[in-house]
Amino acid sequence: MTTAISVSGLVKTFGRTRALDGLDLTVEQGEVHGFLGPNGSGKSTTIRVLLGLLRADSGTAVLLGGDPWRDAVPLHRRLAYVPGDVTLWRNLSGGEAIDLLGRLRGGLDPARRAALLERFELDPTKKGRTYSKGNRQKVALVAAFASDVDLLILDEPTSGLDPLMEEVFRDCVTEARDRGATVLLSSHILSEVEALCDRVSIIRAGRTVETGTLADLRHLTRTSIDAELAGPPPRPDYVHDLAVDGHRLRCQVDTDRLGELLTALNAVGLRTLTSRPPTLEELFLRHYEGDGGATEPSAAAVVR
Amino acid sequence: MSGQALRAPGGHDLTGTGVLYRLALRRDRIALPVWVYIGTAMVASTVFSFRTLYADEASRRTFAAGIDGNGSLRALYGPVFDGSTTGGLTAWRMGVFGAVLAALMSTLLVVRHTRAEEEDGRLELVGAGAVGRRAPLTAALAAALTANAALAALVTAALLAAGQGAAGSLAFGLALGTAGLFFAALAAVAAQLAETARAANGLAGAAVGAAFVLRAIGDAGTGASWISWLSPIGWSEQVRAFADDRWWVLLLPLAGAALLTALARTLVARRDLGAGLLPQRPGPAAAPPALASAAALARRLQRGPLLGWALALAAAGAVFGGVAKGVVDLIGDNRQMAEVLARMGGQQGVLDAYLSSIATVFGMVAAVYAVQAVLRMRAEEVSGRAEPVLAGAVSRLRWAAGHLLFPLLGTALLLAAAGLTAGLAEGLALGHGTGTAVGRMLGAALVQLPAVWLTAAVALAGYALLPHLAAAGWTGFGVFVLVAWLGPILRLPQGVLDLSPFSHLPHLPGGRLDAAPLLWITALTALTTAAALAGLRRRDLG
Repeated sequence: MTTAISVSGLVKTFGRTRALDGLDLTVEQGEVHGFLGPNGSGKSTTIRVLLGLLRADSGTAVLLGGDPWRDAVPLHRRLAYVPGDVTLWRNLSGGEAIDLLGRLRGGLDPARRAALLERFELDPTKKGRTYSKGNRQKVALVAAFASDVDLLILDEPTSGLDPLMEEVFRDCVTEARDRGATVLLSSHILSEVEALCDRVSIIRAGRTVETGTLADLRHLTRTSIDAELAGPPPRPDYVHDLAVDGHRLRCQVDTDRLGELLTALNAVGLRTLTSRPPTLEELFLRHYEGDGGATEPSAAAVVR
Repeated sequence: MSGQALRAPGGHDLTGTGVLYRLALRRDRIALPVWVYIGTAMVASTVFSFRTLYADEASRRTFAAGIDGNGSLRALYGPVFDGSTTGGLTAWRMGVFGAVLAALMSTLLVVRHTRAEEEDGRLELVGAGAVGRRAPLTAALAAALTANAALAALVTAALLAAGQGAAGSLAFGLALGTAGLFFAALAAVAAQLAETARAANGLAGAAVGAAFVLRAIGDAGTGASWISWLSPIGWSEQVRAFADDRWWVLLLPLAGAALLTALARTLVARRDLGAGLLPQRPGPAAAPPALASAAALARRLQRGPLLGWALALAAAGAVFGGVAKGVVDLIGDNRQMAEVLARMGGQQGVLDAYLSSIATVFGMVAAVYAVQAVLRMRAEEVSGRAEPVLAGAVSRLRWAAGHLLFPLLGTALLLAAAGLTAGLAEGLALGHGTGTAVGRMLGAALVQLPAVWLTAAVALAGYALLPHLAAAGWTGFGVFVLVAWLGPILRLPQGVLDLSPFSHLPHLPGGRLDAAPLLWITALTALTTAAALAGLRRRDLG
């Protein structure tokens, strides 16, 4: 078995809302898979189907070779989950919550637990109600990373963490992958996804719109060109966002027309040339702004 | 919650009070009317039933004399200041309990809009707006003032509607309202001291309890009646509505409320947002080995409330058992009252009728606990805390089973505690064998169990099958208890009474112990539970 998660054609409706509309997702064993999408696009719904908390209306989902709904209990021994908004029991200390969550999935490594508490600078003696949002998040992260599991399902796990803790989080994900674990990382923070993920899936309105390695995805998109020419720049009709200022030209070009544009620029005479591959951010924005209209208002705001 | 103090430019520390006041009333638009309605309805039903039960002055005077001769009844309700009028009897019967109700309504309200908001972090959001440092506290107290004014006005109106004197009606309404106001201000201080809403409610609740006990000692008639004057609930009694109408006594709770408000306002300015003045203890860094399953978590979450309920029911059992003699003496010569008791449960003899009716009350109280213990699952699910537990290797049935142990066995513990203390107190008070008395009351209390269980099972079905309706869990309880409690008084037809499992229980002590209804109610419980759990297994969670 080399596929950790295999989802196809997943549909889930809540009343009139179609939260998942034929979603596909494949996560290979041992990879860190980025799961991107704006608020309300169905990321958390997908994850809760994978956890057996929700039952899909149609489509198939296979998790670690089992059925997430039917085999929930044995499957949960092999995975750890960190929700995006952790709520703790008011009268349990953070340390108690960590131990409880670890034991519910079959125990955790005490040495790693101690090391993680140190690294995340978390005081385990405070009661659940007194933790800040970031610290509640750390409680769930320590419980997850201290367990020896095959699969980590992380749903926007770094909301509320400061940049230093975000760094610790990235190290922990890398270490988990080095141990052979598979990671599904749902996130809004594109730099985090770019730094950590082998492959990404981008979803929108309950449907997968793009999936592949970052290199694959870049290939499908546009490169930014900034060139200083010897004479008046050409104005080819296949480029986007063209801006001409004297002999200077700035534009974006589809990757498959890049050669054509360079030939045209060369014909005028190139003085300087800067080309920049698309960032994940541009890629993301293109999917949510590109085919206008249906984009949720929050989509632009979530891209930092 | 970090330590930024709520700061506003000098002189503007009340900015935003109006908005917060309206927000508080809006959020409590259901809860407050319900509290006020319950208080008014209790007074109204008391005055109307006294009017029928003791229609002439002679019977009222006999009744009042009976109370005055009984220390345990005076400790529970206080002395009768004027037994010649129906209003005077109503003031006796509802004075202490009405004041306690107003006090609890007020303390819960003030803590809900101050410390609870702060603990949940919502006040931080509000405090960052153009809101003065003292605005949230002032708004909460203003809401409490509104609620108590409404209670006073409606209680006065209810007494007037029952044909009682205007001065006495107003004095009684104000006695309740001012007691509520005093405890609202006291809760405002508690909310500054404690760091959590639970602890603040605990402090304020302990103060209400202490006030009740102080006046109980004073009123019991051991010659130390001055002790009642130490208690704000005692002040409420000492207004002596329908007797002397001592208006000046109303100044005591008002002055106390003013002093406590000033204290709370000073404290709120001296501390950081989120901080309390009492220290917060740290917890253990690691979980005990036993905390390793969903059932262990459920035990940890539910054991505290169960202990609290058990103590309260044991205390209630002792009180109700202890006053058995007084009640029997009082009712002995009132045929109508005995008839009502008999319809509610009693079979033969006033004592058995009384004991049987209090066993029914224990059953209904245990049912409140049971529904609340079932709905803990809903609280866990809605808050998102159930999600990481169920993402562990925990099946839904195991998760539910851990919680359901409490409505199943916790209720047996509660009823046993109430039956034990009631039997003991009754046996001691009447001077017949305590062993027999305890056995009889234990049986009478425990026979309630099947009906309590069925109420819990219906609540479970509501939670499991209609998860989006928060009230679904309480609907069954409401129907069962209303029918069984008010049905006999309202003389509802038997077909309606039969809707409640409580109507089918054997009337113990005194009645015949018929096993059939116990068995079929238990079987119905098992069926309902099975259907509910099957639904819980199949539905979406969270």
